[in-house]
Amino acid sequence: MPAVEDYVARIEETCGEDKSAIVTFKYDRKDEAITRISKKAKLKNSIAGVISEFTYQDVSFRVFSSGKAIFKGIENKEALQKILSALLL
Amino acid sequence: MLDAVRGFYENHNANVHRAVHTLSQEATALYENAREKIKKFINAQDSAEIVFVRGTTEAINLVAYSWGLRNLKSGDEVLVSLMEHHSNIVPWEILSKINGFRIQYAKVNSDGTLNYEDYESKFTSKTRLACLGHVSNVSGVINDVKRIGKVAHEHGALMLVDAAQSVPHMPVDVKYLDVDFLAFSGHKMLAPTGIGVLYGQKELLEQLAPFQGGGEMIREVSFSQEQNRSSISWNELPWKFEAGTPNICGAIGLMEAVNYLERLGMAEVLQHEKALTEYALKRMQECSNVMVYGPSDLQLKCGIVPFNVDGLSSHDVALLCDNYGIMLRSGFHCAQPLHQIFKLQSSARASFYVYNTTEEIDRFVDVLKEIANA
Repeated sequence: MPAVEDYVARIEETCGEDKSAIVTFKYDRKDEAITRISKKAKLKNSIAGVISEFTYQDVSFRVFSSGKAIFKGIENKEALQKILSALLL
Repeated sequence: MLDAVRGFYENHNANVHRAVHTLSQEATALYENAREKIKKFINAQDSAEIVFVRGTTEAINLVAYSWGLRNLKSGDEVLVSLMEHHSNIVPWEILSKINGFRIQYAKVNSDGTLNYEDYESKFTSKTRLACLGHVSNVSGVINDVKRIGKVAHEHGALMLVDAAQSVPHMPVDVKYLDVDFLAFSGHKMLAPTGIGVLYGQKELLEQLAPFQGGGEMIREVSFSQEQNRSSISWNELPWKFEAGTPNICGAIGLMEAVNYLERLGMAEVLQHEKALTEYALKRMQECSNVMVYGPSDLQLKCGIVPFNVDGLSSHDVALLCDNYGIMLRSGFHCAQPLHQIFKLQSSARASFYVYNTTEEIDRFVDVLKEIANA
């Protein structure tokens, strides 16, 4: 049974911003994770060829080609886990 | 530094001050050589004034609990500035809730420099301690700690300096500065993580109670069967403050890092960083939508450039730069009050050290332009 942990190495809450979280994907699964996200979320913008801005169910987030993503306005860890499940699984 | 640490583990690995065997004697000699090296590096009077700790945070906590817990009481006042790192705010806030003393926060000017008039006006007969960062970890502003220390002493108060951002970057002379406590970390000056130093004037450290209890920091633990208790006498300085097995290889690594920095020359290190900062500030002016904070006068600051890009969070900027192999810190930098004063959600921070070059700044500015114009 696939799990979010199969794709995500670490989640860190940011300081200084309103309820943002930085998700670091596992290095060997980052490309697969980004592909899965891009199929389910709506691409709003692409900046400098390395950053993609998505929306999914009123949540906006940015995915970086280095294998990291920043989710903004997420209420708590459970909400983030829910959206990651929807995007990755 | 790496060779020194590896050499310790390969050839001299044993606990210090514990055993008569050869390895322990060698480890002890190296560890105490490191202390002597640090003493000379910051021009302390005596190696007993050099206490090895985990880092600046632990050093300040040591002062808070060994001195503050027993000497600060209701009615007393401790001064800190609003540009302090959390490590020079939180220990005093925690302690004030226990002992009931008051913390007075000194203002910061709009360019990030210390408002000296405000700081000095807050000294009263109740002031027991003045705390100040030597260099702001957010703006790079260099504070005149000697000036504040002089005023502190005129009021009978002690002076504690957070030197985490100064000792690695410029010549620091504790005798010239005439401060009572000074704290810094090894990991900001090419040494391993988990090693740092508290400098304290010997007469003062001798009056202080131990910070932590355990092996090494005691001279004798004598058990009385009649009283069913142990009576304890403390070890001499500086070991009174080094309970348990210390970070031996960290201290040796710090010694080697200092050897390297001394070969470069600390005046040259400062000059190199100021040149890089001047170059970065000049080149960053080419970037539209980029706001740089802090004073423009290079005499007032060293190698730190805080900034934001319009329309992007500091974390976005840091993640974008990370994509290009450029490592920036983003967020509050453990200095939330300063960001609140400037009404900033957060900031990105470019910082420079001995290994950085103008070519790297060119690369950084190219990336910044791409980000800011995207």
